[in-house]
Amino acid sequence: MKNRLLAGLAGVVLAVALAGAQAKTFKYADQGDALSMDPMMLNESLLLNFTGNMYEPLIERGKKLELAPGLATDWKQTAPTVWRFTLRKGVKFHDGTPFTADDVIFSYERAKGEGSDIKSYVGAVKEIKKIDDHTIDIVTSTPFPILPQVITQWRMMSKAWCEKHNAVNPSDVRKGVENYASTHANGTGPFMLKAREPGVRTVLVPNPNWWGKKEHNLTEAIFTPIGNNATRVAALISGEIDMMQPVPLQDVARINANPKLKVLQGPELRTIFLGMDQARNELLFSNVKGKNPLKDVRVRRAFYQAIDIVAIQKRIMRGASTPTALMVAPGINGFDKSLNGRYPYDPKAAKKLLADAGYAQGFEIGMNCPNDRYVNDAEICQAVAAMLAKVSVKVNLTAEPKATYFPKILKRDTSFYLLGWTPGSYDSHNPLFALMATPAAEPKGQGQFNLGSYSNKRLDALTAKISSETDPQKRQAMISEAFKIHKEEFGHIPLHQQALSWGMKKGVHLVQLADNFNYLRWVTIE
Amino acid sequence: MLARAWDSDLAYSFRRSPVTVVAALLTLTCVAGALFAPWLAPHNPFDLASLDLNDAFTPPFWSEGGKAGFPLGTDDQGRDVLSTIMYGARISLGVGIASVLFAMVLGVALGLIAGYVGGRVDALIMRVADVQLSFPAILIALLIDGVARVALPADVHAHIAIPVLIMAIGVSGWVQYARTVRGSTLVERHKEYVQAARVIGRARAAIMVHHVLPNVLGPVLVLATIHIATAIITEATLSFLGVGMPPTQPSLGTLIRIGNDFLFSGEWWITIFPGIALVVLVLSINLLGDWLRDALNPKLR
Repeated sequence: MKNRLLAGLAGVVLAVALAGAQAKTFKYADQGDALSMDPMMLNESLLLNFTGNMYEPLIERGKKLELAPGLATDWKQTAPTVWRFTLRKGVKFHDGTPFTADDVIFSYERAKGEGSDIKSYVGAVKEIKKIDDHTIDIVTSTPFPILPQVITQWRMMSKAWCEKHNAVNPSDVRKGVENYASTHANGTGPFMLKAREPGVRTVLVPNPNWWGKKEHNLTEAIFTPIGNNATRVAALISGEIDMMQPVPLQDVARINANPKLKVLQGPELRTIFLGMDQARNELLFSNVKGKNPLKDVRVRRAFYQAIDIVAIQKRIMRGASTPTALMVAPGINGFDKSLNGRYPYDPKAAKKLLADAGYAQGFEIGMNCPNDRYVNDAEICQAVAAMLAKVSVKVNLTAEPKATYFPKILKRDTSFYLLGWTPGSYDSHNPLFALMATPAAEPKGQGQFNLGSYSNKRLDALTAKISSETDPQKRQAMISEAFKIHKEEFGHIPLHQQALSWGMKKGVHLVQLADNFNYLRWVTIE
Repeated sequence: MLARAWDSDLAYSFRRSPVTVVAALLTLTCVAGALFAPWLAPHNPFDLASLDLNDAFTPPFWSEGGKAGFPLGTDDQGRDVLSTIMYGARISLGVGIASVLFAMVLGVALGLIAGYVGGRVDALIMRVADVQLSFPAILIALLIDGVARVALPADVHAHIAIPVLIMAIGVSGWVQYARTVRGSTLVERHKEYVQAARVIGRARAAIMVHHVLPNVLGPVLVLATIHIATAIITEATLSFLGVGMPPTQPSLGTLIRIGNDFLFSGEWWITIFPGIALVVLVLSINLLGDWLRDALNPKLR
């Protein structure tokens, strides 16, 4: 009797141990949540990255950000404006329906339609023709040699599923509405959505029917936003989570000193910058009435030269940033080192510029800033406010979580704001087109994120030419010219590229992409 | 006059209690430091133009790298910690006292009405009070402040953060006053002087305010003194959780929260000093309140 009991007990223990060995739950945290499960709802890295575990594009990015076949196995240019894509056969969405050309066309309509935040990725596409169920032609309005690079963030959704659940259009972040696709997901990707509690936790499980070769060893992934820096670090140190980012800069040394933990650092492709409303005749948030001081290039230059970027780098970023004069990072195609010298920090010159522009006494301006999106974002804004105060510009700062911040500034409900941008195509055309060109209805997505509506006709013309130019040297010359115009007109105030810093247990292996993406399909834990 | 005050029972018991004298001195120091911060503080942390980011993370003056200009060091933006504590204490004390007054007015008024009018009104008010008493006060304050934060746009909220906070803490604390006052009122309303006032035809409201109220205020004052300490702690808790005062107008709780990010990375002074200030302030007010309660209690003489 006693022996049988013991044997039974041993069996239970063994079973538990085995289950423990097999269950690989990866718990990870970020400072904010992915705001929706809809891959077209917001053009933001975290959301694109997170939904990218479930939804896939035609062309993917590999471990070195190189192009790789995704839901298209092959693509080639058949005419200057026509691209033939062969779709992967035998792919099924999570709900079991097969993936076909109709879904691609549907996803295109959805991406360019009402409520979509990723219009700029499909702006060059004129139409998509179905040849057969697994062949399509993408037709662009003008020759567009970088099409494969541009569409890697455009993910495929199921037509039948979206129609069935009334989610044909993405929920518009500007209007604050949600739909079925905001909280449910049905992609073709390696992971499926198991549970979604917005702002609390999101659980993903592997898709057993995924078409690709499995490289991860996870059985479950739990994503938790932890806004408080100290709490996030404590969660990692206590072992409650396996990985988190960003590591607060003041804690990098402490985590590295812990024998069980490590910090993975690397330069990031994201550029952090300040934008200024240059369209309205009167700023929404300022005490200057009847005119818009930011329309005056001298005022914009004064703002730029009043900012001590080295102090921000040294004190706020603790060295983990690279000050920049351009809106793109080294590593983005089109980056021009010769243009990357910043105008010097010079508060006296800034004061003089303001006086010349008629603001010797300064003025008041409202500033908007996220506090859970970029590394020390709110601290940077506070520092900028203090620096501008020294040239008599009084900044009324509103720092808030991105859940309220993004809807507000995407409505252009701001005078002065901080934003970060990683070109989704890793090419300079993307920031020129989406961030710097004059906002326009056509082509779709032009200037969609040029939230201050900086406008220069020559830059617009160059951007259009850059999109179709195939000669690399001519193209680079045009990119450099456009960047130079933008720099000299102070269309935005570039600040820096932040460094990536991910903290994790030593047994966690993953791929840190330079655009701060962390795909679960490459995560293994020991 | 002064001599009479010196000889009074209250002053006598005060002199006899060294703890109370120390507590009173500390409270006085805190209040004076907060009240006269604009003149006493070495820097004005709200004057952004005076900040220099290059001063950020300066340690206290006795540590290596410390500067005499920043006796308790600086925070991540280069603000002098001592000055921010003094200005922060202003907000903490202000919010604490204002929310106690709010709770007191609300609670006393409702308690008077409940006790004097009685019947259904009494039942209604006291059941509401009972329900509220079953929730922790901090939860109710969190609820009110959280709802206001969601309902109001961030830039509007920043302007009215203080009134919202005062209301939130005030509403969470009115029940004690209402219960105390109601109890005393129930006793008073049957006394002859109240009946006499009623006989000569004074209005109900007038009787409540002019006759009953002065006779039920004693316990309320003791309650209020102790409640100030609680209110300051509640405010600090809310601010620590990030739903109280915004970083642009930091109270002690906000300062502790900001510093908390740096506590483990070596910059301990950003959170420890505001923490000490909070402890000293609350402890000394509490000790004063305890003493006042005992001194005014005839049974303990």
